[in-house]
Amino acid sequence: MRFLSYLISGISLGSVYAIIALGYTMVYGIAKMLNFAHGDVIMVGGFSAFTIISMLGMPPALGVLTAVLVCTALGVVIEKVAYRPLRNASSSLAVLITAIGVSYLLQNLALLIFGSSTKSFESVVNIPALKLADGQINITGETIVTIVTCVIVMVMLTLFINRTKAGQAMLAVSEDKGAAQLMGINVNGTIALTFAIGSALAAIAGVLLCSAYPTLSPTTGAMPGIKAFVAAVFGGIGSIPGALIGGLLLGIIETLGKAYISSQLSDVIVFGILIVVLVVKPTGILGRKIQEKV
Amino acid sequence: MKRMNKVLGTALAAAMTLTMLSGCGGGNTASDTWKFGGIGPATGDYAAYGIGVRNGIELAVKEINENGGIGGVQIEYKFEDDQTDNEKSVNGYNALKDWGMNVLIGSTTSGCSIAVSDVSSKDHMFQLTPSASAIDAVKTDNTFQVCFTDPSQGSGSAQYIGDHAIGTKVAIIYDSSDVYSTGIYENFIAEAANQPFEIVAEEAFTADSKTDFNVQLKKAKEAGADLVFLPIYYTEAALILTQASAMEYSPIFFGVDGMDGILTNVDGFDTSLAEGVILLTPFAANASDERTVNFVTAYEAAYGIKPNQFAADAYDAVYILKQLIEESGATPQDGVSGICDKLTAQIVQTSFTGLTGEGMTWSTSGEVNKYPKAMIIENGDYQLFE
Repeated sequence: MRFLSYLISGISLGSVYAIIALGYTMVYGIAKMLNFAHGDVIMVGGFSAFTIISMLGMPPALGVLTAVLVCTALGVVIEKVAYRPLRNASSSLAVLITAIGVSYLLQNLALLIFGSSTKSFESVVNIPALKLADGQINITGETIVTIVTCVIVMVMLTLFINRTKAGQAMLAVSEDKGAAQLMGINVNGTIALTFAIGSALAAIAGVLLCSAYPTLSPTTGAMPGIKAFVAAVFGGIGSIPGALIGGLLLGIIETLGKAYISSQLSDVIVFGILIVVLVVKPTGILGRKIQEKV
Repeated sequence: MKRMNKVLGTALAAAMTLTMLSGCGGGNTASDTWKFGGIGPATGDYAAYGIGVRNGIELAVKEINENGGIGGVQIEYKFEDDQTDNEKSVNGYNALKDWGMNVLIGSTTSGCSIAVSDVSSKDHMFQLTPSASAIDAVKTDNTFQVCFTDPSQGSGSAQYIGDHAIGTKVAIIYDSSDVYSTGIYENFIAEAANQPFEIVAEEAFTADSKTDFNVQLKKAKEAGADLVFLPIYYTEAALILTQASAMEYSPIFFGVDGMDGILTNVDGFDTSLAEGVILLTPFAANASDERTVNFVTAYEAAYGIKPNQFAADAYDAVYILKQLIEESGATPQDGVSGICDKLTAQIVQTSFTGLTGEGMTWSTSGEVNKYPKAMIIENGDYQLFE
């Protein structure tokens, strides 16, 4: 019973990591770059929803919608302004450093606009908590919504990629950009679409993250962003089911580690396991081994 | 372009020379006023502390100046914001030194104060921190505290809980990445061995994972803890209270001075969740003694809010300096190092009564000796806990 209760907490935390990790993994899989600003897009999503719900007093649904729209637009703009000009730069480091720059830019803009004091985020979920086994297990509404959202996002994304033309174009671009272009695929458009979807997911993750752990500050997205990046690598970066598995495992390991081993060592356990997994299977759990062509 | 650089270079060099000259001038000319510097987080997560300190100093300085200054010498005062960042705190210290500061009241938080004391001890600048409670904050000879040290907050809390039989099974949630929190935690545990209550859970979090406390709270709940000791700052404490309420866990929460600010400084926090929280703090704004009433009235009139413990600590700090200066006969002309010599010799002999304690005395190590009081939050306000 006790175990089950911790497991549910772990799955809830893992679901948030998974949604964020999906963003990382999609962008990596298609544009072959690590978008380190992804964590900060989450924060922007949180603040967009906060502005609408808490500051303007509008209904939560509108807040979520605004967050998604703002982040989608932001993702496309970042891609166009900061990353696209560097896509053919001689060193792939250039775009990585730019991503870190964008991350700091977003954090400091939020600092300027909203100040650095922590805000208490009003949850967008108003489903009552679910009580099982005579109240021994208490599942909050946020947990239910987070897990359900994660599953829906996963299914939709898989359908989108496998069943639609735009999705197939993404697969093609990820396989071989040059060849895809020769086949008449709009590479720039496809990459922009990837960023749009990734950022929309970040917005959803931001709102869920802030609802489950009701706090918001300009650095809110930083640590979950890094953990989700770890989750993406853990599951095999570039692989969509991998991001889900990596995220869930990371959340569960973190929670159970805290519960049964030591809350003092929880991060040590998480990153220790990551190292072991990568030593044994360098491409992550579901990562494909890429053969170098000579 | 080349010529442009040359022009720029010359201008820069000239500017640098000027700064150097003015720097020397500031250091050598003895001023005829006291210059008190203050440092603390006026913005950021812990702004409640820094703003309290800033206002407390400002109010005390204003009062003293209106009553003729210290032996006829007026006080000037300047405050630097450090956003609880060690580097910014040291930068603030340097800025104040350039301004001609004689003595420092700061920094407000432990980490910053320790960072500043490394520099101030080299300058031999008298440093009185209102609220940095870590033992290391007074490790150098020039540093003294107004507030309790972490060991005395930790052992004091354990004694208080035992003496007043507030809890029988105690859980602790602390920040293992923070020197303040860990210091209190260690001393609490050490003293708890002598107390009638039992410690059933010791849980930690770090600065990198300070949003999800569900596991720590669940473990406390399962262990049957009827009191949760939170030697942490109010930002995280607010989250813990929210998450405990979501899982319908309602033990007594017991905090220390870092809990001060929970009612006023977390935007959007439902303060009804803080009802019944007990915190160990040397100052209560609604105490009825004359000294406190006068201070609170003046403070509310000036700033429109109730003073917190940090404001009281800082207010006391200014009056402690005044008493030390009067007793030791120090003057601004003694220079930073001369003032420090006189004040450090005097503070270990003096006994000070202020807002945050009666008959406060100091050891040569820099720690203050006074007795703790506890407050309980009722109807959205602090009440003396009895």
